[in-house]
Amino acid sequence: MNNDSQENMIRLLSEGLRQDQRAFDKFRDIEIEYGVVEMAEGSAKVKCGNTEVIAGVKLKLDKPYGDTPDQGILMVNTELTPMSNPRFEFGPPSIESIETSRVVDRGLREGHAMDVKKLCVEKGEKVWMVNVDICPVNDDGNLLDIGAIAAIAALKNTKFPEVDKDGKVNYKKKTKVSLPLLEEPLPVTVIKIGDHFLIDPTENETNVLESRITFTFRKDGKLCSVQKGGDGSLTVDEITKMVELAKKTVESNRKALDKAK
Amino acid sequence: MTYKNRLDGRKNNETRQIIAKAGVIKKADGSAYFKIGKTWAYAAVYGPRELHPRFMQNPNKGIIRYSYIMMPFSGMGERIRPGPNRRAKEISMVSQKALNSVVNLEDYPNTVVDVVVELAQADAGSRCAGICAASIALADAGIPMKDMVAAVAAGIVDNTVCLDLDYEEEHYPEFAKEKVDSEHVADIPVACIPSTGEITLLQMDGIIDSTQLIDAVKLAKEKCAEIAEIQRQAVRARYEGDKK
Repeated sequence: MNNDSQENMIRLLSEGLRQDQRAFDKFRDIEIEYGVVEMAEGSAKVKCGNTEVIAGVKLKLDKPYGDTPDQGILMVNTELTPMSNPRFEFGPPSIESIETSRVVDRGLREGHAMDVKKLCVEKGEKVWMVNVDICPVNDDGNLLDIGAIAAIAALKNTKFPEVDKDGKVNYKKKTKVSLPLLEEPLPVTVIKIGDHFLIDPTENETNVLESRITFTFRKDGKLCSVQKGGDGSLTVDEITKMVELAKKTVESNRKALDKAK
Repeated sequence: MTYKNRLDGRKNNETRQIIAKAGVIKKADGSAYFKIGKTWAYAAVYGPRELHPRFMQNPNKGIIRYSYIMMPFSGMGERIRPGPNRRAKEISMVSQKALNSVVNLEDYPNTVVDVVVELAQADAGSRCAGICAASIALADAGIPMKDMVAAVAAGIVDNTVCLDLDYEEEHYPEFAKEKVDSEHVADIPVACIPSTGEITLLQMDGIIDSTQLIDAVKLAKEKCAEIAEIQRQAVRARYEGDKK
């Protein structure tokens, strides 16, 4: 019998058990290692159970967008390659990769994580473009929350490269100047299987979820982005429960992020 | 012969520090990382499994499909745009051929063994690090192999044969602390089957004499025997670890 089927999962959960023995509201232990890729302007490796993600930041001087001539550009991208999990395929980004990137991106943007005006070098001509790439090495679920933690950690780790007199970036030399970070928006995903709500789902749990919601919180506890996923529907009471669960979790995740050096 | 003191103080036949570990990617049938200095390659092996599209199947034996990928933030300078490019495709092809002659997939007709190699950091020598990681991962996956394939890049810096150049040595005239006689730097990646001494990958770019080429290949070949021992130890350590 397929151990991962939804029915079996619900039976297990009804007994109060998860496959990896965790409590329903327990996030796997978060291990953060900063600066793992010296070639990048900033980087971090985050490990949670069997999910392991490297995020890296690359900076570049570029022309600003026409509608925001005095603002720098922040872009998040997720590379889901068949290395971390055979279900991923080569080729154009899958919808899963796009959703991960966009939800992380939206949390950072709407949570005003970056003072983008401070990334402007010359109005209308030259601004810093900040590229964050999330690359899973091991995938055992919840790439979104864990990828976002890695992205924030990599942004915190970033130092500007030097700029020559003629305006060219000298990537070989890093300054001591960090990015103008104002906030650290952190997402927490809650999934629903049967009548059960789980934090930090593994891949097996993700495969049989009915619905999920990702809530992104700022440091002050305010929400800055929400995304529902899954084919199932949710009552208002259920959403209330889920947001409370997420809020409780984000506080301990933030402690883990603050503790890591 | 003026390049006497290497920029980072190594001997001419000395590589940067190597760290190899097998079994680092849980979902894969075999996996490894291989670090040499700052260069850091991961490899995952999936298979043998049925090959699609079917017209690519070989009814006589299984095939290897090698994919070399650089993480967008892995290199010095601007971000690398994700997705296949000419360089990555060519490296994938030559790396695949570097491994083909040691794997024996005759018992697995119509299948493919996928080897996915990702560079988390590239400070020169990335294709060789990729091949070393891939070879460990293939052994870890239990793919029948005649031997490990070990790889290392030799180089000619200011008319001197050295092993395992890093980024600064590859751009020696720019970083040189002494007077430079020859502006030319050559990069010569070599992969080798240590038990037979046969070469399975050889490339060169630069300007050198034919005798220098042979000297460089000989030096790389010697080092490959040592690297193969590190690779074998990585596989052994994985299974000693499992016993505990």
